[in-house]
Amino acid sequence: MNGLWQPRLLAVTTMTGALVAVLLVIGILAGSSGLSVGDVLHTLFIGGDAGQRFIVFELRLPRVAVGLLVGASLGVAGALTQSFSRNPLATPDILGVTSGAAAGAVAAIVIGGGTYAVGSGMLGVGLPAIAVIGGLVTAIVVYGLSWRSGVDSYRLILVGIGVTASLTGITQYLIVRAQLTQAAAAQQWLVGSLSGVSWISVWPVLVSLTVMLPLALTQTRALDLTQLGDDVSVGLGVAVQRHRLIVIVCAVVLTAVAVSASGPIEFVAFLAPQVARRLAATARPPLLASGLIGAAVVTGGDIVGRTLLPWSVPVGIVTAIVGAPYLIWLLTRRNSRERTTA
Amino acid sequence: MPTSTPAPSSSGPAADAPQDGARAPEAQEPGVPALEARSLSIGYDGHEVLRDLDLKVEAGTVTTMIGANGSGKSTLLKAFARLLSPTAGQVLLHGSPIRGQSGRQVARQLAVLPQKPLTPQATRVRDLVARGRHPHQSMLRPWTSADAAAVDDALAATGMGDLADRDAAELSGGQLQRAWIALVLAQQAPTVLLDEPTTFLDLTHQLEVLRIVRRINRERGTTVVMVLHDLTLAARFSDRLLVLGSGEHRGGIVADGAPWEVLTPDVLQTAFDLDASVIPDPHTGRPLVVPHEPV
Repeated sequence: MNGLWQPRLLAVTTMTGALVAVLLVIGILAGSSGLSVGDVLHTLFIGGDAGQRFIVFELRLPRVAVGLLVGASLGVAGALTQSFSRNPLATPDILGVTSGAAAGAVAAIVIGGGTYAVGSGMLGVGLPAIAVIGGLVTAIVVYGLSWRSGVDSYRLILVGIGVTASLTGITQYLIVRAQLTQAAAAQQWLVGSLSGVSWISVWPVLVSLTVMLPLALTQTRALDLTQLGDDVSVGLGVAVQRHRLIVIVCAVVLTAVAVSASGPIEFVAFLAPQVARRLAATARPPLLASGLIGAAVVTGGDIVGRTLLPWSVPVGIVTAIVGAPYLIWLLTRRNSRERTTA
Repeated sequence: MPTSTPAPSSSGPAADAPQDGARAPEAQEPGVPALEARSLSIGYDGHEVLRDLDLKVEAGTVTTMIGANGSGKSTLLKAFARLLSPTAGQVLLHGSPIRGQSGRQVARQLAVLPQKPLTPQATRVRDLVARGRHPHQSMLRPWTSADAAAVDDALAATGMGDLADRDAAELSGGQLQRAWIALVLAQQAPTVLLDEPTTFLDLTHQLEVLRIVRRINRERGTTVVMVLHDLTLAARFSDRLLVLGSGEHRGGIVADGAPWEVLTPDVLQTAFDLDASVIPDPHTGRPLVVPHEPV
């Protein structure tokens, strides 16, 4: 009625939810295992033999689950930053949060001597925690450097690009200084890949999404109102400072924990919210639909990367190949006609 | 004039807002001014735009602030709207300090239309206007029939009923401004602040907007404080004009009163550096400003 659940948004959310469910099953099926759809559903919901259970629960499900959770986290985080800055370019990638989290994580892999290996204790709590710290510190630095009695979204983006460049330099330096095995592990991780993930990577992302998504959803109305400008939203009684703080913390934690699980998967946080907004025809990217599309993009990209192509390609490369042209298209289109957003 | 600790101009809590008397006021007590500025000073980046200003706005009146560019009329309006923190002094809304109250509490009593609101994409006029109901809603009390009635009423009062299902981004300038006024009306606040509501509109649409403003003042008793540039329109639609000074008079009020008391050649000379005659409008009898041409 007043825009909380427009029919079209409800339809888009339901359909993308169904798509995610289908991709979950395809993700478990994909690859050489000899399982049928019936086998997968039977194993998932009723219980198969030991071999089927091993393939489904130990090999495939963790990978698919991390893909879904990481994609959903990035989609929601992107929807949050794009909405609060009223600018589709303001994604966690461009604002430096992703590279801050990545720099933290690479430092942990390289300096901490932890190996990026299945079952490594670092992956459980240590890596996500360090990534969150890296992401938060970067967010504070970017926001602080952009502050001139208020934050303008273009200044935020420019500062973010600069900080991202510096952090990428730091990350590269760490890799150069590292021993070969650690450098290789860090490099592989930096591409954004779901290969080799296990249940230990699932839990931090699951917890972060379970806590942060409901918190982000409490800001739905305030996000709608800030689309009308800061002065209008203050006039309507939005506590703008507190609202911004919640939105930024949610976006940073979601991004950083996701990055710690899979490495930075490029363009998902940019692409998913924009696709969701266009499909649902809403004033700003809708949170839930953005998360579901992010989940579909990462899981779908991983399936494509490991089955359709002749050799296995990390999901981060697939999403970059899809996302980069879309970014260029959006940039040229904005230059030619769109209004500026304050 | 010297202020104890000038707060850094940003949006932090006002350094010196006293917390006494932060009772929740029920609007429109007789005799209590709708808005009041007490020794109000405001500055940007170190220099003061308004200095030690005392001002009361009576409930149920239309007050228009006029003045040259840079005279601080929009600054004063923003201070009333709590969009700017004063460096000294305070603003009282219906008798209570505005800083001691929650955003929502203030928004139920005071509606603001800033100069350049952003029109959202893919939003119907009705949904845009519905956002004005935010201060009346909460998690526990979402959309009610009272909200729907307020939105319908606001659409009708601004003549936007027929356009309610149109995409706001596709409206003409005049229609869009009426939609924003409808949003403000849907808020159902007894006091309304409008920052240059007629800028960028042609004369017909300026009159249209100002007639709506006058009608809500007369029919609902809404207190209106606005900023206008056109002196003749300001005189025609206001009970009271406030002239803010510029140049050597910057930061203070040069003249204050009914249109005929305020719009004199002397005041126009002082405030606008303008040579002009003031004659009665043959239709309304209100003052009409006729600038002279240097020979």
